[in-house]
Amino acid sequence: MAIKGRVWKFKDDVDTDAIIPARYLVTTDPKELAKHVMEDADPTFPSKVKEGDIIVAGKNFGCGSSREHAPLAIKGAGISAVIAESFARIFFRNAINLGLLIIESPQAAKEINEGDEVEIDVDKGIIRNITTGKEYTFRPLPESLQNIMKAGGLMEYAKEKLKNAG
Amino acid sequence: MGMTITEKIIAAHSDKKVVEAGELVTVKVDLAIANDITAPIAIKQLEKYGIDKVHDPNKIALVMDHFFPPKDILSAQQIKISRDFAKKMGIKNYFEGQDSGVMHTVLPEKGFIVPGDLVIGADSHTCTYGGLGAFATGVGSTDIAYIWATGETWLKVPETMKFVFYGKKQKWVGGKDFVLSVIGKIGVDGALYKAMEYHGEAIRDLDVDDRLTIANMAIEAGGKNAIIEADEKTLEWVRKRTNREGVVYKADPDAKYCCEYEFDASKLEPVVACPHLPSNVKPVSEVAGTHIDQVFIGSCTNGRISDLRIAAAILKGKKVHPEVRCIVIPASDQVYKQAMHEGLLEILADAGCLISTSTCGPCLGGHMGILAEGEVCLSTSNRNFVGRMGHPGSFVYLAGPAVAAASAILGRIAHPDEVAKYEDVETLITL
Repeated sequence: MAIKGRVWKFKDDVDTDAIIPARYLVTTDPKELAKHVMEDADPTFPSKVKEGDIIVAGKNFGCGSSREHAPLAIKGAGISAVIAESFARIFFRNAINLGLLIIESPQAAKEINEGDEVEIDVDKGIIRNITTGKEYTFRPLPESLQNIMKAGGLMEYAKEKLKNAG
Repeated sequence: MGMTITEKIIAAHSDKKVVEAGELVTVKVDLAIANDITAPIAIKQLEKYGIDKVHDPNKIALVMDHFFPPKDILSAQQIKISRDFAKKMGIKNYFEGQDSGVMHTVLPEKGFIVPGDLVIGADSHTCTYGGLGAFATGVGSTDIAYIWATGETWLKVPETMKFVFYGKKQKWVGGKDFVLSVIGKIGVDGALYKAMEYHGEAIRDLDVDDRLTIANMAIEAGGKNAIIEADEKTLEWVRKRTNREGVVYKADPDAKYCCEYEFDASKLEPVVACPHLPSNVKPVSEVAGTHIDQVFIGSCTNGRISDLRIAAAILKGKKVHPEVRCIVIPASDQVYKQAMHEGLLEILADAGCLISTSTCGPCLGGHMGILAEGEVCLSTSNRNFVGRMGHPGSFVYLAGPAVAAASAILGRIAHPDEVAKYEDVETLITL
């Protein structure tokens, strides 16, 4: 699977209140949430983000609350992947469970700039910065988590499991 | 090789005798919980995949607390979705409206959590229950839907960090000052993916409320969970609330820790976390004088009876500054009633505090005390991110109830010594 997109860059410790402020949590509709994605970090972001774009951020992306509305809003806005130096753990789980591609790569996260064109080869574990020509490798997920992704997310996995258990 | 408390509880809930940090294991979950914001997504997931029954309705609890009482039509709809689901699935432990409150205050006080339990919640402050010697961590809604359907989940066994507090704490210093001092030291990702195990005589000296406050904010350091070994104080507290015994796990002498931090409790002082990160911690003396527009005393961090006793002790016979709105929200209906019986509500109301029914409300900028652009709030809650309590251009300082009450009186951030002598109010605080 290969993904290509334009980069929006964010700093360290982007919290879930910045990704989707609590005042909008009265709905669970991804498209509705997407209208306010990253609003408190950059008020103009919802109007300029385009389908397929990639978020690149610093350390501890998604820290704070457990709201699944955060990865839902990012997915709803059409963001194809988030690359960060590190992720907060609840956000990490939520993203996997919903099938949002997240990649931990400290070097790529540091060196990729806003506006760069980036290509990600998920199977080979390679991030290619088309703008600068630099390449970065990343470690694939542990097998058990890959199985969840392969099943099509955690709930598909649950359905299979319940079926097998009779 | 020995195990930490967290490793022992995870092992006891898995099919393994021994687990070690880094391992991925499947665990049986004793209690899986969600609130009015997170439950609807989990319910939608179950419906979407045609899963029409839950594994065990007795191991589920739902507490409507974030936008409760419903602040608008949309939030009322979310609560109704949760209520209908609870009825349909036969979930008895559904709390809304009476004998309820903020989840992380309500569930411990009703005896839902005992030492040694493994609790997973679709709420990041689920880690609160580590204060009772339980393993508890937050996840998202889809993880909770999976647990409701199957009774289990996967966990990566976290590395454990050890925090030792020796010595005797000073007057005015509470659990909030302990945990803010830790977060100030290690940063908002200082415990990322890790367990935070607390030890030392100063921890043993703390009552259960203060221990719950410490565990509550593990997530603000990025931690997976916090854990405080259950002792006689814990067991006495739990026995008043449930017949379930629980299991007290102690760390082995040769347990492996990834790092250790020591704190001299006698050197701790009341502290404040400044905007816009919980790790931006300073002694209150350094920020004393900062103008404030609002004080909020409440939340799952500091909305328990002991917090209200401290606030009332300081505010007794005094007045909230005329330019400050001081919002006090007991974190459960039980706390509310207890505060009423003890006369605390009268003291607070006489001082000019605005007392509301139990809700998370202002902590997350939900309702009941939202900030305008440029406004400053001193809050006993847990997060001070940009826009957390209202306008993205507002400011939140975090502190314990003593600093909050003193600041409310003076209309600026203040040390409790500025308005009260500890010796004069001690009997009310340690009731």
